[in-house]
Amino acid sequence: MKSAVIVFPGSNCDRDMGVALTQATGREAQMVWHKDAALPQGLDMIALPGGFSFGDYLRCGAIAARAPIMRAVVDFAKRGGLVLGVCNGFQILIETGLLPGALMRNQTLKFICSDVHLSVETTRSPFTSAYGNRRVITVPIAHHDGAYIADDATLDRLEAEDRIAFRYVSAEGQPTADANPNGAARNIAGILSENRRVLGMMPHPERLADPALGGTDGAALFASLAAALEAA
Amino acid sequence: MKARVFVTLKNGVLDPQGEAIRHALGTLGFEGVEGVRQGKVIDLDLAETDPDKAQAAAQEMCEKLLANTIIENYSVEIL
Repeated sequence: MKSAVIVFPGSNCDRDMGVALTQATGREAQMVWHKDAALPQGLDMIALPGGFSFGDYLRCGAIAARAPIMRAVVDFAKRGGLVLGVCNGFQILIETGLLPGALMRNQTLKFICSDVHLSVETTRSPFTSAYGNRRVITVPIAHHDGAYIADDATLDRLEAEDRIAFRYVSAEGQPTADANPNGAARNIAGILSENRRVLGMMPHPERLADPALGGTDGAALFASLAAALEAA
Repeated sequence: MKARVFVTLKNGVLDPQGEAIRHALGTLGFEGVEGVRQGKVIDLDLAETDPDKAQAAAQEMCEKLLANTIIENYSVEIL
């Protein structure tokens, strides 16, 4: 699998993402600068990393979503390419319109950096298939603007179409108010596009994808991707 | 020509920052502040000299970048 990580000024999880993709696929992930107009040839998958692209100016992800390379990324996604956006990458995907809704300031107004429990809500996606029966995982979050919101019709549609990939839950797997760190609507932590090939999520699977990092609950996401692309 | 763009949160969109400001005003003794909504003002200095064209250009900028129309309203004032 040939993967690429888009790097913006202010990205700070790009290397971690690159390492996770390289480990899962056995092929070096390519780093692509935001000012490039074209993507490398023959890409199977693109990741938008976490960080604070363009200093979060205007709105988180707003400037990055209009960077030169993003036109090619949107075309790639519309042709059915796999795109993963984590944290700031999720904010960028929302700003491009590839995913619905918006990400608002955390309800507590605090930047939250902690491990959270997530439920894997669907394994019917190229990002989550390897989670199998393992339904509650622990993954870190680190964000200030991560409260997912959308109108009720959009939320209902996401649920009806099985497009909620992850929810914030208690250790027992319940989507309680206490388990919701940022005030996200219906405890939503990650969502899929209509064709299920674009995933945006606030938690950071790349930060727990190697035993040396203290856990491997994020590794199955990258293993899912590698398996999906081998099968294709 | 100068244009001033106002970007505000739509009704119904929670504004935790506005709520924090409201609390702080209460702490300072300002009573009866029943709601606070925080927004943005963006001033544009445009080469355009025709007010109608400047208005139209600023509106397009709002649609494409300055506002997120899913959660925000905008208005443009030509100064």
